[in-house]
Amino acid sequence: MIRLVTRDLALAVRAGGGFGLGLAFFLVVTVLVPFGVGPEAAILGPIAPGILWIGALLACLLSLDRVFALDREDGALDLLATAPLPMEGIALAKAAAHWLSTGLPLSLAAAPLGVLLSLPWPGHLWLALSLLMGTPALSLIGTFGAALTVGLRRGGPLLSLLVLPLYVPTLVFGADVARRGAAGLDPATPLALLGAVTLGCLAGLPFAAAAALRVSIR
Amino acid sequence: MSLWSYANPVRFMGATRPLVPILGAVAGVCLVLGLAWGFFFTPDDYRQGSTVKIIYLHVPAALMAINAWFMMLVASLVWLVRRHHVSALAARAAAPVGLTMTLIALVTGAVWGQPMWGTWWAWDPRLTAFLILFLFYLGYIALWEAVEEPDAAADLTSVLCLVGSVFAVLSRYAVNFWNQGLHQGASLSLDAETNVADVFYYPLLVCIAGFVALFGALVLLRTRTEIRARRLHVLRLRERMADA
Repeated sequence: MIRLVTRDLALAVRAGGGFGLGLAFFLVVTVLVPFGVGPEAAILGPIAPGILWIGALLACLLSLDRVFALDREDGALDLLATAPLPMEGIALAKAAAHWLSTGLPLSLAAAPLGVLLSLPWPGHLWLALSLLMGTPALSLIGTFGAALTVGLRRGGPLLSLLVLPLYVPTLVFGADVARRGAAGLDPATPLALLGAVTLGCLAGLPFAAAAALRVSIR
Repeated sequence: MSLWSYANPVRFMGATRPLVPILGAVAGVCLVLGLAWGFFFTPDDYRQGSTVKIIYLHVPAALMAINAWFMMLVASLVWLVRRHHVSALAARAAAPVGLTMTLIALVTGAVWGQPMWGTWWAWDPRLTAFLILFLFYLGYIALWEAVEEPDAAADLTSVLCLVGSVFAVLSRYAVNFWNQGLHQGASLSLDAETNVADVFYYPLLVCIAGFVALFGALVLLRTRTEIRARRLHVLRLRERMADA
């Protein structure tokens, strides 16, 4: 399982793996926002946590269709299915690799990007923390969505339609942590709920993803 | 003789053939009666004026939108556990009906909200939850349409329905987090001491009965169509095999 994670990581980091793509997308979205709503700090500051969360979420979505599709194309998924590792383990390893290659760098990049959107000071730390806690849930949900659509020829648009509504609770709590943190309020409650969402996803979704994978490669 | 015997498509078709027109007639009578009663023979509310009358469409539609998803959830579970094809097809048949009910609830709510709240739309927890439910219906239907192999489609949509139910409930309570919202609390519940006044209550009950019957008739009709489509598909396959 660890081998699978390191293999996927290596594939993601090497050329054509789309590792930098998500980060670059995140950067571009963040840079585009001031052009859309105007450069005043009074406008940008309050919406910065939400914008950064949505940017991170879309950047996560960008690399989702690669989670299983490449392995399916070259037959590696069928080999993995016959390996002694249970399907749930494969789903979990895929989600972990996806998080390490997108969620983690996005969380680290979010705090510096907060400066661009004139996020008030203590907000940076809370933003990074909320993304660090929330993006694993995004990767897990996304892996489930990718498992649902892996057998389809044009699964990309469908994948976004399926996954985005599932992202709602994570986004609500995550953005609320960052918003409260930036406003100087106590973010403990949404932080605890965000952690609950992530842990719940971790406990349940690998099973759902494995069930979907079994159907898709049948 | 148990409920499960209707999992046999032949028995299902036989049993539901007379049921569809009966339910349709019940729905028609109840809706005409309830809506006419509600629209023309009840007094205006002293604060809301005549806009209160949209309750006869809004509440039953919202009720059925949620119940349709719940029915899909049960049907998906039955498919996953017992592999009855009729169940999977019933879940598929219910989705567009539920989608329409959600849309009716959203639109009638907006029409009522404009004069009452002064806005067509507000990011109120209940409204938002319904919008999310609408998106879930869209995703569910899109997944059914996208997967070509029928059994795989049934499996995948069932799993999506289970996971989606959990996340729909989660979203409902997550958006509560913003504020209490504009939407009034439940005005109909079995355990509450005060519901809406009786003049509005009885026509509303008739309308709800009408919507339930309408939903039943539409879902049965669509399920029968799905079963026939499946039979046609099998016949075509058999023909092609015979030719080859």
